[in-house]
Amino acid sequence: MAVRDYIRQRFFPHLWCPGCGHGIVMNGLIRAIDHMAIPKNDIVMVSGIGCSSRITGYVDVHTLHTLHGRALAFAAGVKLSRPELRVIVPMGDGDALSIGGNHFIHAARRNMDITAIVMNNRIYGMTGGQFSPLSGSGTQASTAPFGNIDPAFDVVSLAKAAGAGFVARSTTYHVTEMIDLLKQAISHRGFSVVEILSQCPTYFGKHNGMESAVDMMENFRKNTKSLGKIPEGYSEDKVLRGVFVNENRPEYCQEYERIIASAMKGET
Amino acid sequence: MKKILKDIRINKAWCKGCGICVHFCPGKVLEMDENDKANARYPELCICCMMCELRCPDLAIEVISDDESTDEVSS
Repeated sequence: MAVRDYIRQRFFPHLWCPGCGHGIVMNGLIRAIDHMAIPKNDIVMVSGIGCSSRITGYVDVHTLHTLHGRALAFAAGVKLSRPELRVIVPMGDGDALSIGGNHFIHAARRNMDITAIVMNNRIYGMTGGQFSPLSGSGTQASTAPFGNIDPAFDVVSLAKAAGAGFVARSTTYHVTEMIDLLKQAISHRGFSVVEILSQCPTYFGKHNGMESAVDMMENFRKNTKSLGKIPEGYSEDKVLRGVFVNENRPEYCQEYERIIASAMKGET
Repeated sequence: MKKILKDIRINKAWCKGCGICVHFCPGKVLEMDENDKANARYPELCICCMMCELRCPDLAIEVISDDESTDEVSS
């Protein structure tokens, strides 16, 4: 199908700012779904609140636009009641790891078959450029005009430690890699996390010496490195991309079915 | 398999003029027009890598191409 068959064209042009990376993530996610030939009726996309979460308004699959930080909780309800559906949860960095941080780690721990996409632009864009838990120390934001002293979470390490079965990272510059990782994540049976570094030229870029979306994507190109291309003894300070975890662990809905089956057997 | 360009379609109503496609195009096919919208100025230089289409945040670009072999069959 063509890209236009996956979107609600009546809402276009979308409301994201010129050059916003979230549009590129949506573009890549549509390609991933199309390459995998998953029927639109089999997909449920659940989002919370924020610029990133507007994606559920634009993509023409089953969609739920829910509460700030609680997208994963709603998604867990959908998945438990209809385990045969593919549940995809696009979230912003603030949505996923600040107010939604607890949902995030517990969703990873349970290993329910949900794909979480963290569209990380390191800022709260919708509300005016406040720093988020992923801005990182030394960055500037409208609420940190003299510099932010809060260190950032490492989403990959956090997801890994919390028990996610699949953890990967890419950027909006590396689009073909992003599409490939999204396909792997959606195929993975268990909780999968894909962090995608995304640009917010309007707030993060403006506050941090990057004037345009192009500057920010050049930054992703220069300052990230693919895991597969790391020589031994590599020590450069670059953000790594690729698949960090890919393990098959018992999936929550399957385990739940197993408990139901064994309990029912006990009754008879 | 080499791809042959048929058309580069740019939806000017959706393009917000961010310039990502122009900057990263390896063939320098694109430029901004007088209204600050993407424009396929030199389509003959296009190598059909599709990067403009995939990196467009506005879903405003469509690169239509044919495989060389398909072209031969149809001609």
